[in-house]
Amino acid sequence: MAATATGDLVARARAGDKRSLARLVSVVENDDPGAAEILRTLYADTGRAQVVGVTGPPGGGKSTLVNNLAGAYRERSSRVAVVAVDPSSPFSGGAILGDRIRMRERFLDEGIFIRSMASRGHAGGLARATARVVNVLNALGTDVVLVETVGVGQEEVDVIGVADTVCLVTVPGLGDDIQAIKAGILEIADVLVVNKADRPGADETVRDLAQMLSLAKDHPWKPPIIRTSARSGEGTRELVDAIEKHRAWSAGSGEQVRRRRAAARVEVEGLLREALLRELAGRVGESRLAAAVARVAERSLDPYAAVEELLRG
Amino acid sequence: MKRPIRVVMAKAGLDGHDRGVKVVARALRDAGMEVIYTGVHQTPEQVVETALQEDADAVGVSLLSGAHNYIFPRIAELMREKGMDDVLLFGGGIIPEADVPALAKIGVERIFQPGASLEEITKYVRDAVPKRRGIATGA
Repeated sequence: MAATATGDLVARARAGDKRSLARLVSVVENDDPGAAEILRTLYADTGRAQVVGVTGPPGGGKSTLVNNLAGAYRERSSRVAVVAVDPSSPFSGGAILGDRIRMRERFLDEGIFIRSMASRGHAGGLARATARVVNVLNALGTDVVLVETVGVGQEEVDVIGVADTVCLVTVPGLGDDIQAIKAGILEIADVLVVNKADRPGADETVRDLAQMLSLAKDHPWKPPIIRTSARSGEGTRELVDAIEKHRAWSAGSGEQVRRRRAAARVEVEGLLREALLRELAGRVGESRLAAAVARVAERSLDPYAAVEELLRG
Repeated sequence: MKRPIRVVMAKAGLDGHDRGVKVVARALRDAGMEVIYTGVHQTPEQVVETALQEDADAVGVSLLSGAHNYIFPRIAELMREKGMDDVLLFGGGIIPEADVPALAKIGVERIFQPGASLEEITKYVRDAVPKRRGIATGA
């Protein structure tokens, strides 16, 4: 994309044109020519919106909950963007992006922009470009960005690098109290949500989570446990209050700055790694690399020595 | 730059028969496309706004209710209003042969009737999108 075309898109998106905004998101998502320029243009304006992550297992009600949250934030007259990630097929690369099904009542709301993203082979619960897409939406007149991850298991914690507040949505009946003290996703939750709280077993789930939290007394923030029933909308108000409370604490305690600094480090290190790899690949050259790989495969050279040799030459 | 084709698949109007549209969505997925599925009972306004925000390359609408002569023209009109001339509009379902030429004239480039094969539909989307968008795609 030519420089002027990118500039035009940014100008039109700033004026509120949703189609231009949608195009900008695509350029950044696909890493098309112009993506770096867009992010460079917008970067100074990012960091203004409140970014709320919603993560949890598949079928736990994340999309319905995001729909409710979007409605609640709209009542406060905030402009809301939703980025909803669903998995790509490891075989075909295709995807069914179905999160919108639960958000239909928001489709025609002028103050809401919804974008579905496929994970495109990235494993951390988000797509590789999700943070960049959130930055675009953040810079272009959004007050709240809701980021919904793919349905996750125990280890997909990328959302912590994107969101100011992470809501972990769980449901009754997924496991016993040992599940609740394992490392991983539970550790990144700022707000714990027990959804489908009208179902049997909700009390036990709440109790297990509360016990888990009681073991982490030294943490300065104690995640509240909110019961919701996404279908009826019950608990939405309490959830918004909990998110707001975390936001106030985060801003006041320096946690927000710490988190944004950690996220910036991940972003810069990632780009640096890519750039260094590109430069190294150019310097080493495919023929030397292939020769070394062949020797490693036939066991006449060990992989560590191969790397040393390639870097020396 | 290769990237997947993005298709919005929708059921519009008072029509809850979503078996076919799901089968087609699945076939497009298996062909490497990203399919945004919005569920049943969509209004033309909802379908077009979804395609716009998702920056879709194509919109596929399934209609088995007999309302095709209202819903397709309305979708095509809204897409024109919003300048979405580079977005492909196609359809499928119980649509009489006699109605197809008029729909083609207003911008529904292709209608798949009962009996159309998944290969046919997939190949059509894969070929028609790059022509319409003037881009290279990966799917």
